[in-house]
This record gives sequence, structure tokens and C-alpha cells, in this order.
Amino acid sequence: MSWKFLRCLQNAKFLKKNLQTSLFVHRCASVQYVPDTISAAHGETTRMNLVQAVNNALDIALSTDPSAVLFGEDVAFGGVFRCSVELKDRYGRDRVFNTPLSEQGIVAFGIGVATMGSTAIAEIQFADYIFPAFDQITNEAAKFDIGQEIYLISPEAFFAHIPGIKVVIPRGPHQAKGLLLSCIRDQNPCIFFEPKILYRSAIEEVPSGDYTIPLGQAEVLLEGDDVTLIGYGTQVHVLREVANMAEEKFNVSCEVIDLRTILPWDEETVINSVKKTGRCIISHEAPITMGVAAEIAATIQDECFLNLEAPVMRICGYDTPFPHAFEAFYLPDKWRCLEAVKKIVNYG
Amino acid sequence: MALLRRLLSPRITQIIGCQAKQLSTSSKCQNVDRPQFPGSRSEYSTKLEFIKPDDFKGIPVYRVMNAKGEIIPGGLDPKLDEATVRKMYQSMTLLNTMDRILYESQRQGRISFYMTNYGEEGTHIGSAAACDPQDVVFGQYREAGVMMWRGFTLDQFMNQCYGNCEDLGKGRQMPVHYGSKDLNFVTISSTLATQMPQAAGSAYALKRGDKKLCVICYFGEGAASEGDAHAAFNFAATLECPIIFFCRNNGYAISTPTSDQYRGDGIASRGAGYGMDTIRVDGNDVFGVYNATKAAREMCVKENRPVLIEAMTYRIGHHSTSDDSSVYRKKGEILSWDDQSPIHRLRNYMEIQGWWDDEQESAWKEKSKKKVMEAFARAEKRKKPNPEMLFTDVYDEMPPRIQKQMESMKSHCTQYKEHYPFDDHVPMT
Repeated sequence: MSWKFLRCLQNAKFLKKNLQTSLFVHRCASVQYVPDTISAAHGETTRMNLVQAVNNALDIALSTDPSAVLFGEDVAFGGVFRCSVELKDRYGRDRVFNTPLSEQGIVAFGIGVATMGSTAIAEIQFADYIFPAFDQITNEAAKFDIGQEIYLISPEAFFAHIPGIKVVIPRGPHQAKGLLLSCIRDQNPCIFFEPKILYRSAIEEVPSGDYTIPLGQAEVLLEGDDVTLIGYGTQVHVLREVANMAEEKFNVSCEVIDLRTILPWDEETVINSVKKTGRCIISHEAPITMGVAAEIAATIQDECFLNLEAPVMRICGYDTPFPHAFEAFYLPDKWRCLEAVKKIVNYG
Repeated sequence: MALLRRLLSPRITQIIGCQAKQLSTSSKCQNVDRPQFPGSRSEYSTKLEFIKPDDFKGIPVYRVMNAKGEIIPGGLDPKLDEATVRKMYQSMTLLNTMDRILYESQRQGRISFYMTNYGEEGTHIGSAAACDPQDVVFGQYREAGVMMWRGFTLDQFMNQCYGNCEDLGKGRQMPVHYGSKDLNFVTISSTLATQMPQAAGSAYALKRGDKKLCVICYFGEGAASEGDAHAAFNFAATLECPIIFFCRNNGYAISTPTSDQYRGDGIASRGAGYGMDTIRVDGNDVFGVYNATKAAREMCVKENRPVLIEAMTYRIGHHSTSDDSSVYRKKGEILSWDDQSPIHRLRNYMEIQGWWDDEQESAWKEKSKKKVMEAFARAEKRKKPNPEMLFTDVYDEMPPRIQKQMESMKSHCTQYKEHYPFDDHVPMT
């Protein structure tokens, strides 16, 4: 049986719509989006932003699987972020529909649909609102011996502590489509976090056809010899810029890894890289304590102890609630990361 | 409508009557200033008047058979054949026998936990018999009779409680958390009410698959206080799901009496608020439960909408083996319910029909006890599953990280094998 589920919008930040525009502009300026290079093997491509790529993936999922249904709050008219636009007209109201306003209901309903062997794609409007469904996800979805994939927002570390679900975060439109289709077709419950910041700002060529990107595999974006930089989602773009700056300013060669799947994560790629470079910086926006970086750092010191030439560093959000007014001070931006690179190469 | 009117005070019935009249005379209606709000359908009123719960009489308890096993005049005898009624009786009593033996075995520390079904056997068997075996069941934990009716074997019950290597659940859950894919019974989990909105989702999928089947979802009156119950009712109604919500109202949620659980008229009174057809039945009358479930099933399969059944009953046993109910209720209270149990009632009915007598009773008692004891002994002898099973089925395929953790468990336990109960388990590979 397969259950497909939970798409969530990453970055638990833009709670109030009137704040959204100004924050959005600010964040766009701070992130330099570099489009993915698409291999020719994928065939024809179309220029898309992340919203369009998600919409396109859902379209393919619904067209290739007659059992698939897509539901959540305000999904029928196209979704508040326009991810499900036109899908109701194309597939009918029994396949793309609104639910009452109840996150626990949405997730549980999806589990039920999946129990019958159908594909359920549930949307939680903002990751911030996933918590009423936490019980259904931790105690139910993760422990059903069925698969399902979930589509939600961003508190990844909470979910990374739940054996039985997969947690996936793409860094752009090309990845969003391929990873989302993998999630929908995976036999396990998946939570797919969509970085809202990139919804419209990240635009690149996306293969028009049906393709998937494997789960549980990290991607080495830039090869380097001196320091390994690990991130996921929007933070990958920050790290890529940091790598360029480090090269220019300090002549330090960084290897940038996009984790892509947070759980179960790709230890092998990370370990091989750190064994080579001997230094590692992990960076995420979420608070540092008990964050995903803690798990990666612990594993690295366990597996690469003899190769390490400096302690593993974590450049993360601080242990505070996400601050609206102080966002620029809170984020692990390129300067904080660059400073970390400087420190780690001069350690001792 | 008829049922609804009966529930309302005469005054309110009158208002509804007027409304119906007005609707029929369309020329007058056009001049009436009617509310245009999208969120409701009603009329304006200048009376500052609150709707009082006391304006409604309690929803009546439907039954067809009295405590003596006699069909009440005007009651609908479903006229089930002798073989079916016999199977009903034997399922209820076999469950009762199994309950007694497993309860005792928990007291002796042979299994870790148990929950009996005393007093509620009629709700299980009556409803299960009225459903199609392909209908999907979501339960809470006190519905073992439904599985028994569907053919879950004594060995399967026992294997689960012992968590041995033959357990379909691979020994991972607490006792009484049964499940069977073959019998369309979704595995029980401890968290209350979480199955309810799931059941609605399954019903939606059944509808889309055009299966002509429904889901029946059982829950207690305590679980109905959970947020998930609200989600389930509302989703099932708005999304038009073929589902029977079957509430076992047995008066207590562990020690909490219903007076602390809710202040409305039980669970049934909530049904109409969600737009669901609703009925309350005597849960100790197996035929009443059967009739109500059968009619509900027809309605939800034909019309694709949810139906709510509230079965009134009494939890005769303790909540579980971790509970001593004498702390919060008197023995006399329990005994008075024992006498009108669904088992006694059906036995009386069968005796009236000439289908059962003392001789058959004692022969069956002996036979059922022997069957249970034999299955019990077999289950107790079986080894517990291979410890590696701890790591399987977390995902469909084991991720390398979990594989590594499994390998480390194996090498650790092998190195320190004298500290681990390897003899109780199927050997590791």
C-alpha cells in the first residue's frame, strides 16, 4: 500500500501576510539563487519558478496515478501560494478538494485514504500549522506499515526525530519537482518542505516530462579540498556563495553538499567528503540546539575522528523564536558562514 | 425528519411547521425578508432567545428485545436463522471465556496487559453481523468481538497478546492491539480517536473506488472528546463519506463518568450538528444493534454519507488490567448490569425459540474453555520474534543508517550475550 502525503511550506516566518512582502524582498536580496544545470538526458525543459515546478509535479502525480487525491485548506481554488492552480478543473472536485480547517483532520484523513491503497497528497498551508497534526504524524503515520508522503512546512528537526517518516527539502524548482514526485511515489510517509522564500524568486529550466530525484541521497554541488560545507533548502545557496567568497578572499577550496533528504540522511556522501577535507561546517536556519546539524556533527566526529583537523562547526539560527524584526541578525548568513570558514582553516 | 421532530419541544416543532408552510406558498415567500448569509439557512427572529439544550428531549434508545429476550410488541425481529443466531451467541461467549482466561493470565504475569470486553459483546457482534465482511473496520481497542465474528482465530488473539513469533504484528505492540489485513480490520493503536478521521479518509477512498462498501469506525464516549473526533465527523459529512461512526457509550472513560465527559445528550446529540443521520440504540440488545447498523450501512453505501450510531451499554469489567474500578464505582452498580448483559439476553431469546438449553450451555462452556486453553498453551510455548525485527518495517526498505544500528545491536548483544534473553527469542541471522 502506498500513502503519499504532506507538503509543507518551509520557513516558519511569514505568518502575517502584510509582513510577507517586505520580508520577502529582504530575503531575496540576501540569497543569490544559482539555477541548476539540467543534464540533456532529461529532454525538453521549461522555465519555471518553484511554485510552478510543484504545480507541475502534482499535475504529473495526479495524471499518472488515478487513485491520487490532493486536499487541504484552500487547495481547490489553487492554494494560497498557487501551487494547486488549475488542478481541480483538470482532475475534478473529487480529486482536488478543500477540507475543513483542521490539520489533525487533514493528516489523519490522508492516512485513511492511504490505508486503502490510494495516494493521498495532503497540504498543510504553513509549516507553523503542522503541530495540531503532530500526534497523527508521530504516533500514526510513522508507525503504520504503509507508505505515504506528506507535504508540509519547515520545522525539520522535530520530524527528523521520528523513525518511519522521510523528511525532504529541495533547493530549487528542478529539485522540487523531481524530489516531490519521488516523495509521492515512495512507499513511506514523507514530509516535503517547500522553501517559501524560493517560491517565486528561484527560476530555472525544469524538465517538462516525468522524472524523479532519489531520496536519501545528498548531492555534491561544488567539489573542494579544504572544508566541507553542508546545508539544505535555501541555505545551500548561501553556502555556495560562501564557497566562492572563500576561494576569492582566502584561497580556500570548499566542497558544498546539499543534503536534500534530512531523514534518512546520506551519511556516506558526508563522511567521504569530510574524510577528504578534514574540516566541516554545517549550517541551517533552524535553532542550533538539537537541530539537524547536531546529528550530523555527532556522526562525523564518530566516523571521521582521525581525519578531523578542527572541531566540526555549526552555523545555525540562535535558540530563540524566529524574530520578525531581527531577521537579518538571526539568520546564519554568508558572513557568519564565511567567518566560520576563516576560523576553521586557522584552527589551532 | 420524524425523528428530529420527536426530539424537539412542541414549540419548536410548531416553528418548523410554519416554515414548511411558508415555503410551499411561494408567492408569499417572495416578500419575506430572509437572511442571505452564506453560512446558514434560516429565518430572522426578533425574539432574543437562546436555544436551550433542555428544549430537546433526550434522543430515545432504540431496542427490539427486552431483558427477558422477548421481542417487544412493535419491535422488528430481524428473524435471523438459527445458525446465525447460534454463531452470534457462541462468538459472544467464546470472547467472554477468552477474556476470563487472558485476564487471569495477566494477573499471573504471563502477559503484560489486557482489556476485557465484558458487557459490550452485543455491540461487537450485532454490528459486525450487519456489515459486509469486506467493509473496513477501524477500532479503538475494545472491539475484539468484531474480529472474532470475522474469523480471527484464538491462536491469532493469543499470539498477539504474547507478542510471539507468530504474531501478525511481530510482537511490537501492547496486547489487545490486534489487526488483520485479511479481515479488513485496521491495526489498533493506543492513541485515542486518531483512527476516526483516518476512517473518514478510508471511506472517501472506498467511495472513489466505487466499491459499494463502507467503513465502520468504533470509539468510546471518552474518545469522542478528542479533537480528532470533531475532525472526523466534520470531514465525513462535508466530504460525503460512506462511514458508520459507532460509539460505545459504556458510561466511563477509565474512572471518568459521562457527567465529567460531556454535558449534552450523550454523543448522539452531536450528530445532527454535523449534518449526520444519527440513532441511539440499546447496546445490550444484539438485534437492536444489528438492525440499526444494517440500516445505517444501507444508507451510507447508497447515499454516500456518514451515519452515527451511539450504543448505550455499561463497562462491566475494569477499564484494563492496570485499573481497579472498585475505587470509583460500587459493586452493586456493576452487578445490576451483569444481569441484563447482552449474553443473558440472547440466551433467553434462544431458549424461547427452543434453540438452546442448559445441556448445550454446559457442553459449549466446556468446549470453548478447552479451545481457549489449548490456544493459550500453544501461544505460550512459542518463542518471541528474532530481535532483528526491532529494526524492520520502520520503512519499507531499511536505510543504511538503521542497518548500521542493527549491526551494532547484534554485535553488542553477541559480545555480551549472557546479559540478554536470547533463549526466549528466535535466533538472529
